[in-house]
Amino acid sequence: MKCCQTGCENEATVHLTEIVEGQMKKIDLCEDCAKDKGVTDPQGFALADLLLGLGASSEIEAAGGGELVCDECGFAHADFKKSGRLGCPACYQTFAGPLEGMVKQMHKGTEHVGKVPKVLQQAKRATQQREKLQERLARAVEEENYELAAQLRDEIKELEQESAA
Amino acid sequence: MTKLHEFLVGTDEFAGREAKGDHVVLSSRVRLARNVMGRPFPGRAKKAERVEACDLIQPAVSGLSAMRGCYSESMANLKALDKQVLVERHHISREHAAKNSGSGLVMNKDQSMCVMINEEDHLRMQALLPGLQLKQVWQKIDRLDTSLEKKLEYAFDGQLGYLTACPTNLGTGIRVSAMLHLPGLVLQEQVNQIVQAVTKLGHAVRGLYGEGTEALGHIFQVSNQMTLGESEGDIVERISKVLLQIIEHEENARQTLLQNKPAELFNHIGRACGILANAHIVSSKEAMNQLSLMRLGVVMGLLPDVGKSILDELFLITQPAHLQHMVGEKLSGEERDVHRASLLRERLGSISGLQLPE
Repeated sequence: MKCCQTGCENEATVHLTEIVEGQMKKIDLCEDCAKDKGVTDPQGFALADLLLGLGASSEIEAAGGGELVCDECGFAHADFKKSGRLGCPACYQTFAGPLEGMVKQMHKGTEHVGKVPKVLQQAKRATQQREKLQERLARAVEEENYELAAQLRDEIKELEQESAA
Repeated sequence: MTKLHEFLVGTDEFAGREAKGDHVVLSSRVRLARNVMGRPFPGRAKKAERVEACDLIQPAVSGLSAMRGCYSESMANLKALDKQVLVERHHISREHAAKNSGSGLVMNKDQSMCVMINEEDHLRMQALLPGLQLKQVWQKIDRLDTSLEKKLEYAFDGQLGYLTACPTNLGTGIRVSAMLHLPGLVLQEQVNQIVQAVTKLGHAVRGLYGEGTEALGHIFQVSNQMTLGESEGDIVERISKVLLQIIEHEENARQTLLQNKPAELFNHIGRACGILANAHIVSSKEAMNQLSLMRLGVVMGLLPDVGKSILDELFLITQPAHLQHMVGEKLSGEERDVHRASLLRERLGSISGLQLPE
């Protein structure tokens, strides 16, 4: 039996079976590809990752992602096909379109729910606060309440300086 | 003795920790995947970039107050056997054990938390405790992560959450898992049904060493599969509910065996005692399976003069790296089987065997 990785002609010696979502999936790999995929690490390895990875690369191809290259790290479609992993955080922007379908397929949702780094939480709050002040400023100007407008403008300036610091 | 072995707690202490639910749940673990912004993931990074990232991350981690008195080392400075010891204790992954310079490891003093640097992601941090304590391990690692995010700028996206090398870890980057001892369900031939039900709920089930579902030592690992679109708390909650169900089924299976097939049950446990107390060649697979049956006997009160912690310790020290470390030299497979058998005879040779219930 040949290794089921594309472009690999070696004899498959590693045979895996896993039940994913109630469906039995089988995969045959040669020793090199198995090592490459981290199959020697049963703790960190799920066949699902591999299967999803394989499915994902063809999906990216179908979605016209075949020629995309990440500006940040030079990661290209062929690299993804080989490893099932992305190159750097910026790759998620480069490959956002083609990745969308696959992310939807492998996860419960497409929008992150849960922990957010505190710094970003604060930044988000500051942006919201500034937007609110700007709205009030616009209203104050419209109502020709220049005293309030001046005060709001100062507050906004202060907020901007804080976030810049 | 290397620095690592001075740091690690003794195997008797490691195996002797009692915890709620440990008659079925051997350990609870939560692992978080994190990456630093603007740097290639370890699999993509060139060696110099990996070293640079490691030099940035390692001191940030080891300098945390939760890491006071920690063990911090580059993977290049650990011998292959030492790395294997860490794998056998579930402190690091097999993948990480294969790393060298440009990868590192930081472990806290009581060895409940371990951070792998430049594994598949820049950071893989895990908390591991014995028994059923998923919520506690999540809170432990959550706190560590919160203190680390002040020092490192994580790669995070408003929509996709924490960005990881593999898209399967996107979002929360969390993997919640428990190691389950299910001899009752295996002997009752009900384990496949359970595995199927659990996978239908979107969780993954693996054997201790990933060999399909024919798990060594009747040990199964249950973990969440999806990481995006559900909060950490909900993931922990959902898997905890599943675990409670599995525990109940395992307890029922054990009682059913005792009531309906007592001779079969006593035969399995009695033979396990006989083999381990008398054999002269024991493979690690046989050791695991027979120790597992003895453990079943102990938690069911059928082996009153054996402690569960002795079996758990033997389970650990009969594994290849621990065994070789104990003997103090590198051993071939055949030599290991002989040393393993003599260790087992030494510890279990004097047990008085099964005490049957009235």
